Amino acid sequence: MKIVVDFDLCESNAICMQIAPDLFEVRDDDFLYVLNEQPGDDDRARVEECVQRCPKQAISIEG
Amino acid sequence: MAGLRAAEALRRGGFEETIVLIGDEVHAPYDRPPLSKQILSGDWQPDRIALSTADKLADLDLDLRLGVRATGFDLGSRVVTTDDGRSDRVDGLLIATGSRCRTIPGTDDLDGVRVLRSLDDALTLRDDFDAGPHRVVVVGAGFIGAEVAATARGRGLEVTMVEALPVPLSRVLGHEIGVVCAEIHREQGVDLRTGVGVDAIDGGDRVERVVLSDGSVIAADVVVVGIGVVPNTEWLAGSGLQIDDGVVCDATCLAAPGVVAAGDVARWPNQRFGEMMRVEHWDNAIEQGIHSARRLLSTDSDALAFTPVPWFWSDQYDRKIQLAGSVRPDDECRIVTGSLEDRRFVTLYGREGRLVGVVGFNRPRHVMQYKTMIQDDVSFADALTAEI
Ligand SMILES: Cc1cc2nc3c(=O)[nH]c(=O)nc-3n(C[C@H](O)[C@H](O)[C@H](O)COP(=O)(O)OP(=O)(O)OC[C@H]3O[C@@H](n4cnc5c(N)ncnc54)[C@H](O)[C@@H]3O)c2cc1C
Ligand code: SF4
Repeated sequence: MKIVVDFDLCESNAICMQIAPDLFEVRDDDFLYVLNEQPGDDDRARVEECVQRCPKQAISIEG
Repeated sequence: MAGLRAAEALRRGGFEETIVLIGDEVHAPYDRPPLSKQILSGDWQPDRIALSTADKLADLDLDLRLGVRATGFDLGSRVVTTDDGRSDRVDGLLIATGSRCRTIPGTDDLDGVRVLRSLDDALTLRDDFDAGPHRVVVVGAGFIGAEVAATARGRGLEVTMVEALPVPLSRVLGHEIGVVCAEIHREQGVDLRTGVGVDAIDGGDRVERVVLSDGSVIAADVVVVGIGVVPNTEWLAGSGLQIDDGVVCDATCLAAPGVVAAGDVARWPNQRFGEMMRVEHWDNAIEQGIHSARRLLSTDSDALAFTPVPWFWSDQYDRKIQLAGSVRPDDECRIVTGSLEDRRFVTLYGREGRLVGVVGFNRPRHVMQYKTMIQDDVSFADALTAEI
């Protein structure tokens, strides 16, 4: 599973970071950093929740 | 929105029996916020806004009835009737019929007078915009009206926006921030008329002019009416459920035994703020949809109260406005980051010593951090000095 973020859509509101702080981090510079682009399948449910809760539809999953 | 998210939550919660999902639109569930933004601007095509994929919908194993309208429910017999002539006895009912736009009486037969709620509405309005109208009049400078005005300006159209309040959005965002919103529209070239009502919208087959309460007349080929929404509860008349500006629920979102409601249509006491709420925001539709689904699967003794900190966003021009919590005009209000002049700031709202609300302009990360503080019941004083 690969996490893909469309940075043109992302507005750095850190909602994904609240759900999965080990995978997403919005830093003081107000940019989103994906900490682990290829998490294991154990994380799929949480990443799917991030996809669903991102108000900008900026996150997608490949594979 | 709430309906689909609830159906997914029912399956996740282990419910294996039949789920019937009824929706009167012919489209599979889709996302509404982009309608006034990327769809109307022409940047996105409708396939971008699907809320699920065909595969995932199939996995949910729903009895999906699209283009079908629920026409009645009877609490005693637990029967739902639909306009395709069917009636189904149900064990549980989740009401998520959302809301529809208020309209101006007497304009139904006038072509070119639009509202924006559904994908079909958005595509019709996009066609109007494509036709290159001389002037678009937007009635109501609330969030939807403001977004439509911004998108129309982005497409180079001439826009007049009419607002009955002296300062737009002042009831939601307060006077000062409302003034900033008004300035932004004017800088972007919108002819904003405030403190005036609409006396008449007329024309032949198609709209030609809008007459305002101050006597001025504006020539218009397209009029978009954005004066708020009303919950879709008519189909529940005589059902035995309590309807009062929405389906009235208890603190756990239960409207009657085995009946729950979620999204724009639900009114419930939010114990966190000690007030009755009906929330017309995207995130609430998801969260309440999930909560009500779980409520249907739980017993009265293990049911949880629904106590969210509501929040929403609105994108206008290059401004991202966000609001979280409960904001009232008499709350104490303080700017903590940035300034109104910069159009980049965060304002906090305090009530009885508690942090209850936050409004941000172009500060999405901060708003969400303060939202967490509201959730954690942080005092107003601590929030004002918090490092963010
Ligand atoms: C143009 C637009 C832009 C928006 N932008 C934002 C934004 O930027 N940020 C934000 O937070 N929120 C925004 N919202 C609000 C958000 O989209 C709504 O709060 C959300 O869609 C509510 O979800 P819901 O499931 O309660 O209702 P809906 O999404 O309205 O779904 C209800 C469905 O039920 C159907 N229905 C109604 N009556 C019946 C019946 N009797 N039988 C069968 N079906 C029926 C309706 O046709 C509809 O398809 C926007 C809304 C619109 C319209
Ligand atoms: S939730 Fe979406 S918009 Fe927000 S930071 Fe994450 S990817 Fe960006």
